[in-house]
Amino acid sequence: MLVARNGSRDSLTLEGRVVAPAQAIDEPLRITVTDGVISTIEPGTANGLAISPAFVDPHVHLRTPGREDEETIRSGTEAAAAGGYCAILAMPNTEPVVDSAAVLGALVERARVEAVVPTGFMAAISKGQHGEELTEMAELAASGAAAFTDDGRPVVSAGLMRRALQYGGLTDLNIALHCEEPTLSRGGHIHEGVVSAELGIGPYPSTAESVMVERDLSLAAAEGRPIHLMHLSARESVAALEHALEAGVYATGEVTPHHLVLTDDAVRSLDPNTKMNPPLRAADDREALRDALRRGRISCIATDHAPHARHEKDVPFEEAPFGVTGLETAFAALHTHLVLPGILTLETLLERMSAGPARAFGLDEPRIAVGARANLVTLDLDGEWTVTEGGFRSLSANSWLLGETLTGHVVKTVADGRVVFDKVARA
Amino acid sequence: MADLRPPAAPRRHLLSIADLERSDVERVLDTAQALAASLDREVKKLPTLRGRTVVNLFYESSTRTLASFELAAKRLSADTMSLRSSGSSVDKGESLKDTALTLAAYEPDVIVVRHPSIGAPQFVARLTDAHVVNAGDGKHQHPTQALLDLYTMRAALGRLDGLHVAIVGDVLHSRVARSLVQAIALVGGRTTLVGPPTLVPPGIQALGCEVSHDLGAITAADVVYVLRMQRERMGEAFVPSLREYTALYGITPERVRDGQVVMHPGPMNRGVEIDPRVADSPAALVTDQVRSGLVVRMAVLYDVLTVSAVEARAEAGVA
Repeated sequence: MLVARNGSRDSLTLEGRVVAPAQAIDEPLRITVTDGVISTIEPGTANGLAISPAFVDPHVHLRTPGREDEETIRSGTEAAAAGGYCAILAMPNTEPVVDSAAVLGALVERARVEAVVPTGFMAAISKGQHGEELTEMAELAASGAAAFTDDGRPVVSAGLMRRALQYGGLTDLNIALHCEEPTLSRGGHIHEGVVSAELGIGPYPSTAESVMVERDLSLAAAEGRPIHLMHLSARESVAALEHALEAGVYATGEVTPHHLVLTDDAVRSLDPNTKMNPPLRAADDREALRDALRRGRISCIATDHAPHARHEKDVPFEEAPFGVTGLETAFAALHTHLVLPGILTLETLLERMSAGPARAFGLDEPRIAVGARANLVTLDLDGEWTVTEGGFRSLSANSWLLGETLTGHVVKTVADGRVVFDKVARA
Repeated sequence: MADLRPPAAPRRHLLSIADLERSDVERVLDTAQALAASLDREVKKLPTLRGRTVVNLFYESSTRTLASFELAAKRLSADTMSLRSSGSSVDKGESLKDTALTLAAYEPDVIVVRHPSIGAPQFVARLTDAHVVNAGDGKHQHPTQALLDLYTMRAALGRLDGLHVAIVGDVLHSRVARSLVQAIALVGGRTTLVGPPTLVPPGIQALGCEVSHDLGAITAADVVYVLRMQRERMGEAFVPSLREYTALYGITPERVRDGQVVMHPGPMNRGVEIDPRVADSPAALVTDQVRSGLVVRMAVLYDVLTVSAVEARAEAGVA
């Protein structure tokens, strides 16, 4: 279930090069939206703008409840709107954890007032995310949970993981997994490799992720239940996912913009905004992620938008918390670093940011068709802008892109029939 | 991402051996040698840094590093004060940023930083106008230790070029090893790292060294450099027991070849990584290292303060 604040549906006309890969559209068109619904699609003229189904982010930390100094539902969804998103899924690792219908219900109520962009709330797999007892999954599903995850932490116990898959069958919701074997990642801050050896920073080896990915794929196969693998980072994990997909396991995977663009070489800057969990990995890992994304074996791009207070990131590297923001920069970063150099096509990027994640979580795919609810993003593919600390709608600015000039920006976002971001109107 | 490294002026600070060139190392060692002569005088104090302030900011326990930095500053007539994390506002939860800004308000000329986190000295360098000297950051770097080790080797063996050094033990957790490998490569030497596979990190060869898990590899070396085996590593199962570690990698008299010298950064675990008979033998340079520590740290303080001043004047055309 997605929730947004109530408001009127808008009527507007958008014109430009329409790129809707899931529907095999790539031509200049004029799209008329009437009361939030696409009413006509006619031939149009190219004007330097691209129009695409708006984006879906399956992995956002809204930090609410508990850390509203870092992000609120309002600021986080405004950031999402500015990034071109028409739907986001929020993680339950808040204070308190979203592990009961009461906490979930309060969030849903708040989202009805604050959420600019339709937002789904994931609920925890285990109570308090302690990995010991299952949450009341059926009641949480009935109360509107979008999926289940203990994100931020792994489900350490294989026994509990199996029970979650079995009992989760009472709902039709997906289970999203943060794969990390804690005895392998303990004390680790960055990828184990040449950079960790040289710098002496605690290593977090690829196997800390891949052995858990293999375990969970194995359990999912045995139980015949779907799983979603979050923020994949290691080539071994990608290989395990591909192997499972070939064997007919129903699994989906996501990858973040930072894992697609950077390698652990970036850590040499000692910038705490290059510290994330899982860590940035080696060039061959990045290549495996890009390749799997191209071929659709990884079907989702997720930001893992993780806001942190300035003072918490303004410390030496090893003391800094994991995580970076991403909602407002994801498209521009990937367009600049992957599409323009020819590593990924624009079509693939747009598909993996929109239809791919919607499908993985059973959400309506944003599409361009007469009669469809308008979920559209207008992009200026040539527009250059510089990422600055003061330029975010998010309450936090822990971006790995600070100071970088990117090519391509979001001009307008229409989410669920409403204009939620308009760069021109705002300026 | 933002580049948080302080602006490139390698001799303004001493943060990492990786920032240095061979000529920098040789200059510091030569300065240290010149200063050593002064220590033989009856009055050991030099007026060189009179009126300058050196602050030692130590977030980790230390005996020889802190003592030698304090004494080095005093021997050069600088005003010095030492702050330890325990008993200061750090105990009350003050962040490194605020502590650094507080100290910076006193306008010290040099801040010597030891900290359990990598990059803490760089962090302080970015926040203050002081010259910053890294006295050990996490498992990353300990550049003055590497310089004093080179000084000791040069004094004992008469050369650095072509020197073969075997570093034995817990490389994984050792900032001493990382700095020393880089420093030896810089002056034309060669390093072999020797230790169990769990304590020699994969990929370390990229620093410019060889790796062996067999202690026999030390035979060819001119210097056997023994690292401290930290007892707390037992609990983390890096090695099954100290007994087995000592059996495989302990430096005993039988394992030291005639003509080899043995070094250790201290504090030693006698009977674990080094046999007391070796530690007390003429081949051991451990007390020479401590003595070198004083003159090398004097030279480093002199270098960051005066060499950068000379360069600044040269840049301004004053010469």
